[in-house]
Amino acid sequence: MSNQLRIVAFTAISLVIIFFVGSYAYKSYKNSEIKKMAREDKTLFEREYSYSVGSKDAKVHIVEFFDPACETCAAFHPFIKDIMKKNEGKIRLTYRYAPYHQGSDYVVKILEAARKQGKFMETLEMMFATQKYWASHHNPNPKLLWQFLPRLGLDVDKLAQDMQDPKLDKIIAQDLNDAKKLGVTKTPSYFVNTKPLQTFGYEPLKKLIYSEL
Amino acid sequence: MSKDEKIVSSSWVLLFFAWLISIIATLGSLFFSEVMEFPPCTLCWYQRIMMYPLVLILFVGLFPLDKTVFRYATPLVVVGFFFAVYHNLLHFKIIPESASPCSQGVACSTKYIDIFGFITIPMLSFVSFSVITILLYIIKNKEEKN
Repeated sequence: MSNQLRIVAFTAISLVIIFFVGSYAYKSYKNSEIKKMAREDKTLFEREYSYSVGSKDAKVHIVEFFDPACETCAAFHPFIKDIMKKNEGKIRLTYRYAPYHQGSDYVVKILEAARKQGKFMETLEMMFATQKYWASHHNPNPKLLWQFLPRLGLDVDKLAQDMQDPKLDKIIAQDLNDAKKLGVTKTPSYFVNTKPLQTFGYEPLKKLIYSEL
Repeated sequence: MSKDEKIVSSSWVLLFFAWLISIIATLGSLFFSEVMEFPPCTLCWYQRIMMYPLVLILFVGLFPLDKTVFRYATPLVVVGFFFAVYHNLLHFKIIPESASPCSQGVACSTKYIDIFGFITIPMLSFVSFSVITILLYIIKNKEEKN
């Protein structure tokens, strides 16, 4: 009997060890892949059309893949903004789209159309602030955003027209494609000077940013 | 006496393999979702619900060998088996995706891995549930003959 128990215990422990060694191996493999890709193709992190804030020659370049309907993205927005404010001129932030929620690509189109009227940040912050309303889990309805748009001083008719631009579909597809290549599966996902944020959280992100400053 | 003992121990080995499959399936599915970060779709979750408890239930059946393990392990295995069959039918496009219960989140027809054109995650699940079913059935027959 005790022999049988030994066999089972040995098998279970070996499998668990294989699991953890495998996780470690897989993660380091993925990281080296991302580094390699970053060296070969810088455009994966930032396309010509990508929206960025902060000075061009900043020492630290953060790339954020986000979804306007994602709650954690909304929660992290002021956090990063604060870090950028404290280190003015040293950080540049590029926004990339990863609209994983249903209907989020529609919201991204609103945002891109608002960008044409020079109101990207205002619109994004409004979207985050009213997120509970239009992106509720039970009944997400991005169309509810329309009532807030005129308050930002946006020309709503022009916005609706700009949203039809087929270029926007291409932008979203390209961002999603780059996200896939970089192994992004969740939002928000951060890359700081092409280094992916390993453990997700406020502190780890802060640490990663400050380690590059 | 020696004959009886042999039957017991061969049943034990069969049950051990059933348990081994369940623990490999469990750790494997956790590897896919937690390490490789493939979000599991709804059908995957139903199969997980049936597979994960088997690790513990079959373990309990091993110490000491419980000849009636078939009775309480089979309901889980059979339900898991049918979810796996359904999931595979989706993947092979025998049932259209629109008829599936996964309208939100990840589509159940999404293929994360596809080795040699037929080894997909639902296929692995199907094989695991099938083999466990067969092993449990053999154990049951053996014990009935006794």
